[in-house]
Amino acid sequence: MSILLSTEHLTMQFGGVVAVDDLNIKIPTGEITALIGPNGAGKTTAFNVITGGYQPTNGRVVFDGAVIAENCPRSKMKRIYNGTYSEPYRETVVNKPDVITRMGLARTFQNIRLFKELTVFENVLIAKHCHIKAGLFGAAFRLNKAEERAMALDAEALLERVGLLESRNEKSSSLPYGKQRRLEIARALATGPRLLLLDEPAAGMNPKETDELSAFIVDIKDSFELTVFLIEHHMNLVMDISDSIYVLDYGKTIAYGTPAEVQNNDRVIQAYLGVEEA
Amino acid sequence: MMKKPKNTTIYSLIAAALFLAFLYWLDANRLSQGMLISVLQKGAILALVAVSMNLLNGFTGLFSLGQAGFMSIGAYTTAILIIPVKSLDGVYYMNGIHPAIMNLRLLMAKSPPFMQSIYPFIALLLGGIIAALAALIVGFAVLRLKSDYLAIATLGLSEIVRAIFSSPQFDQITNGSYGLNKIPNFPPMLFGLIPSLITPFIITGISVAFIVLLINSSYGRAFKAIREDEIAAEAMGISLYKHKEMSFVISSFFSAVAGGMLAMYMRSIEAKTFSITLTYDILLIVVIGGIGSVTGSVVSAFLVTAAKEWWLRFFDQPLTLFGVHIPLFRTGFRMVIFSILLMVVVLIYRQGLFGTTEFSWAGLAKRLRIKRKPKQEVQ
Repeated sequence: MSILLSTEHLTMQFGGVVAVDDLNIKIPTGEITALIGPNGAGKTTAFNVITGGYQPTNGRVVFDGAVIAENCPRSKMKRIYNGTYSEPYRETVVNKPDVITRMGLARTFQNIRLFKELTVFENVLIAKHCHIKAGLFGAAFRLNKAEERAMALDAEALLERVGLLESRNEKSSSLPYGKQRRLEIARALATGPRLLLLDEPAAGMNPKETDELSAFIVDIKDSFELTVFLIEHHMNLVMDISDSIYVLDYGKTIAYGTPAEVQNNDRVIQAYLGVEEA
Repeated sequence: MMKKPKNTTIYSLIAAALFLAFLYWLDANRLSQGMLISVLQKGAILALVAVSMNLLNGFTGLFSLGQAGFMSIGAYTTAILIIPVKSLDGVYYMNGIHPAIMNLRLLMAKSPPFMQSIYPFIALLLGGIIAALAALIVGFAVLRLKSDYLAIATLGLSEIVRAIFSSPQFDQITNGSYGLNKIPNFPPMLFGLIPSLITPFIITGISVAFIVLLINSSYGRAFKAIREDEIAAEAMGISLYKHKEMSFVISSFFSAVAGGMLAMYMRSIEAKTFSITLTYDILLIVVIGGIGSVTGSVVSAFLVTAAKEWWLRFFDQPLTLFGVHIPLFRTGFRMVIFSILLMVVVLIYRQGLFGTTEFSWAGLAKRLRIKRKPKQEVQ
């Protein structure tokens, strides 16, 4: 099984707070990997580091064999560094989020971030812009008619695929919550990713909607040949569809394994699932 | 894509043709219609600046207040290149003209008549290009800033440009605080087929058409995405820096072209012409028209100019009504009325006259129908 994305000793420290400490994950191609943990465990921070939103303090992110982020504590951070020391990563590799997206790594957001004033169709069409070949003038003078049409057709096909074609001309913020989530996923898919990162896709959904979403994620994973990495609090969803699960607590990885292994892990129950019993 | 009934295109063409015919009529009656002509020309020039400012503020979400600075770059470039050679000594009587400019102008004066006739357009274009280059360079620094901070930085930038143009060190180029005058009026186009009176409308028309095409292209959608949500736009693979820079450069280019036209319109410019109040005037037009509406900016440019320069003129004259002298009517009173009107308009139309929508014939028909209906009910 080949590994599509891996992090090596990934540490993210803000001031004196170590949000993610020594994170080592391996996401196998074509599988669904979940990242779970109590609130404030550092899951979203890990996502932001992987997608280029933050520059890591230490460690390395490798996507499909290429290093997309690498850093080690320097200058002032060297003095106040509280994370785990690991082998030094001498290089500094920084990639902006847009570059990483174009490499084939798309994400959704915990708090939906659609282009609110624009239509459903435009939202998806904009995501197609990142692979545009025409230049500014070519596009302005419509010299790329074929490209434009292909973009529009692709966007329409995607909307049809996620069942939003009939709302294509509606303002995206006017959609019901569940559909907004779907639209956000469709928009991420429009960038043509190989790895899809979903940040709490089922947040705020009822059990029925969550079940539908589980089926939807598996469905798009298969038909778009994706690898999925997701953060989620809905245990039903995570246990149903994940191939493997990483559990974070206070920035540290406390467990890793298949859903069954994680469910029976004492530390996980203490840190996370135990909260419900208390 | 959306299918439009072809009627609307025909309506638009008819409207454009009527407007052009009206302009030719104005040209024939230019002696008696002086006020109307000057209001329309200034309106057309400000419409172009307003649209270019809207591209930046309304469509890309970059709150920039540097328009006057870029306009002055265009205005000075154009003026220096088109003031007649024989008038140059008179214009630069205090400090003399820089020899390099004089030599260039003499060289230009020697070229064949055909070249002479297109120099004014080259001057406008060159002014735009210089402003675009300036925008490209300062964009590296200022486009890292967001919202209010960007506004302050661009505001400062505009003032720096003004200070440079009026500084004694550049006396031989910009004529320092004396400014430049004897700038020729608009040149005719297409060997006189389009009279000089109509030139600014044609230039504005072409420029606005380009901006509209750009806004409706894939890049325009990317601009809007940045306006809506920068983080999401970046996560969708849109390079923030690249697209902001594009918008900034294009906006500055057209502002400078409009600045060049303003120099031709006013016939004399000085650094003070391009003070920060000019930017505020344009911001006012953009806000009144609707931030994010090109047609709104164009319509509002004409309305604001006409109201300010023409329709409210009678407030400036002393008025005696039924033998009673009305005390407030005196020079400057129209600006009070103008400001009150602005407040009323902004209160009634919170989003500006057009909001974020564009003019469409269907929309106009709908409005007319809504207005007609209550009348029928009364009958």
